[in-house]
Amino acid sequence: MSEDIRIKKGLTIKLKGKAEETISAAPRSGIFAIQPKDFHGVTPKLTVKVGAEVSVGDVLFYSKSNEQIKFTSPVSGTVTEIRRGAKRRILAVVIEAKSEDQFKNFGKADPLTLSKEEIQAKILESGCWSFVNQRPYDVIANPEDEAKAIFVSSFDTAPLAPNYAFALKGKEAAFQAGINALTKLTKGKVYLSVNETASFFSKTQNVEVVNVKGKHPAGNVGVQISKISPINAGERVWTVNPQDVAIIGELFLSGEYKPNRVLALAGSEVNAPQYYSVTAGQGLDSLLENKINKDNVRIISGNVLTGDKVATNGDFLGFYDNIISVIPEGNTHRFMGWMPFVGSGSIHSASKTSFSYLMPNKEYTLNTNLQGEERAMVVTGEMEKVMPIDIFPMQLIKAVLAKDIEKMENLGIYEVAPEDFALVDYTSSSKIEAQTIIREGLDIMINEVG
Amino acid sequence: MKFIRNTFDKYKPLFDKGGKYEKMAPAFNAFDTLMFVPNHTTKQGAHIRDGVDLKRVMITVILALVPALIFGMWNVGYQHFSQLGEAGTFIDYLIYGSVKFIPMVVVSYGVGLGIEFAFGVFRGHDINEGYLVSGMLIPLIMPIDLPLWMLGISVAFAVLIGKEAFGGTGMNILNPALVARAFAFFSYAPSMSGDKVWVSDAATVDAISGETILGSLAQNKEAGYSVLDMFMGYIPGSVGETSVLMILIGAAFLLFTGIASWRIMAGSVIGGALMGLIFNALGLNALMNFPWWQHLLVGGFAFGVVFMATDPVSAAQTDKGKWIYGFFIGLLAIMIRVFNGAYPEGMMMAILLMNVFAPTIDHYVIQGNIKRRKKRQKTNLETA
Repeated sequence: MSEDIRIKKGLTIKLKGKAEETISAAPRSGIFAIQPKDFHGVTPKLTVKVGAEVSVGDVLFYSKSNEQIKFTSPVSGTVTEIRRGAKRRILAVVIEAKSEDQFKNFGKADPLTLSKEEIQAKILESGCWSFVNQRPYDVIANPEDEAKAIFVSSFDTAPLAPNYAFALKGKEAAFQAGINALTKLTKGKVYLSVNETASFFSKTQNVEVVNVKGKHPAGNVGVQISKISPINAGERVWTVNPQDVAIIGELFLSGEYKPNRVLALAGSEVNAPQYYSVTAGQGLDSLLENKINKDNVRIISGNVLTGDKVATNGDFLGFYDNIISVIPEGNTHRFMGWMPFVGSGSIHSASKTSFSYLMPNKEYTLNTNLQGEERAMVVTGEMEKVMPIDIFPMQLIKAVLAKDIEKMENLGIYEVAPEDFALVDYTSSSKIEAQTIIREGLDIMINEVG
Repeated sequence: MKFIRNTFDKYKPLFDKGGKYEKMAPAFNAFDTLMFVPNHTTKQGAHIRDGVDLKRVMITVILALVPALIFGMWNVGYQHFSQLGEAGTFIDYLIYGSVKFIPMVVVSYGVGLGIEFAFGVFRGHDINEGYLVSGMLIPLIMPIDLPLWMLGISVAFAVLIGKEAFGGTGMNILNPALVARAFAFFSYAPSMSGDKVWVSDAATVDAISGETILGSLAQNKEAGYSVLDMFMGYIPGSVGETSVLMILIGAAFLLFTGIASWRIMAGSVIGGALMGLIFNALGLNALMNFPWWQHLLVGGFAFGVVFMATDPVSAAQTDKGKWIYGFFIGLLAIMIRVFNGAYPEGMMMAILLMNVFAPTIDHYVIQGNIKRRKKRQKTNLETA
């Protein structure tokens, strides 16, 4: 049985430099890091010291607030550095990799024959629990909670997003095993949303397959949740990315933690955009070497709407990221750039003040220019056009700015995550930072309501 | 282009932090960013951004005003000369109108932007673009003979009390342009209403009757103009409001670019038409008998619907709210027009009144969403 969901509100932005569907193995990086910033709200408690030898799957740190949630090494090697920032906050646990990986064995098992507790223990022990995210709040799930349902979105509609069906080619069995494990974690259903493109996803067993069509953010799991089973106050739903489902599945198939995934290296400034097989947390230097020939570019771990800016040297791939996007920096002036319709070939706009809407299939080369300055919120209705969730985005943003907890709750803060507001960031003519504001709002709610 | 950029870059350090004129930075930046989209890049959130910004939005509205503006200047000359019985060429009319009208624009922008700049500099915030549109709207809705000092004071009142007192652009409750008009209307009534102000020199030259259509109707007289005149705008009135054709061109541009809300415009026209029909059915006096669709052509109705009611800051903000807000503007405008003989033009009052009610309308629309959410929660708890 499947139902159709159609997302009408939103905006699909096509960018130049989509990754070609070939996979190369990225050169093995000599250096890896797990960065606590990737796990929002986690205060790390270290279990290793500089100089410690670790195998793949050995614990590096755990969450101070919940010791069950462990973060393990993606590689075997030696811990060489604990990078700290202001107030000695841990920024990264850096590991120098050996040439060969040794895997800690967590034991093979068929998830369908295990109990919920056994599955949960295995996932927690291996560090795979960090792949299980929770809505509301968009943080790592608390294993003690009861999840209403688990959602997996098999496709991504963000600009330049990787094709997960392609990325998981050959890992179908691992994906199915991962789904089998997830089904045991909830009393509710596991939903797998698929788009119109035929893929192995729709043949997955033991899940509720949901067909979703429409514009970005149709692929956002938060949007799908809001259409399938909206979150009420006090409820928890969990979400897992498809490539991470396969990593969890691999844990059960082989007994080993293998945080490997296929990454799209894409964007207008990449010489030959394509896919690479990589390991979570690996150093970017070896991956990006000779792939970008220009200066004055921005490298983003993640997609252009929600990712993090990274540097070329000494930075690392984000733990969850399936894409590295490289776009030009926009640090140039544009003469009388406010003139409507001028430069429609290079200026993309959701409003019709650029002819870009007449060319929906044109792939744009967009840069990082803010296209104006931050202003008071004046124009109304533009946020609603890109917000398929049944909330009032502008009123919610204002409630967060006012730190009005009751109003935030009434206006549906539990149903949203920062990524759902990425297009609001994009389209806002007042250049407000909606994702940052929503993140603050969620953090307030975590502290006040929990 | 390069030269202008270089000039800006040369003097920019003086206005940067620690520079000699640091405090004047908002003023400098206002000019700089008007000439060039700044080289600022995204720091957080989405790395790419839409090409639209507040400047582009405001300029789009100004471009939409241009047809009504040019026609209005021509009409100032045309009304003046034709009532005197003098023939003139297109250019004569336009020149006469420009000489009368351009000083009003200069005063409006001069006073308004002067205050905005002062606030920007004293409060140390960037100068918002909101006044670019208000400054153009204000002279377009004033009588052409309004003394410039009255205009200046009205503008100052609108910007200070109507806008900055509430926190500046984006925070005001009332439409600033209408605040200016309302201020002038109540403070300088002889220059703002009656039958002697709507055609240039009507107050001083006896041969000129400046009576507007609504004014005549209010006195139970004939309208005295053909429907074509009303639609084309060959009638007395304030500069921008007379030509429905030119306003419709502007409206088409605003709707095409998606800058103005079609919901507000559609709601207002429906509301106005409905009220007109009701009055036609009653038919007690000349104003009530005036055909409903002609009500939509005369006075400030069209101009108000397209350029005033759609101001996003003072209008309702929710989609449903915009329908309701627009509907009542149309309804009330015609109602005030017909009931208040002393003040036949109801559009200004209708919009200002609905400006005040807009947050209430939004409140109830949003309550609907909240109730739905709470109900879902409740049924969920019951079934669980």
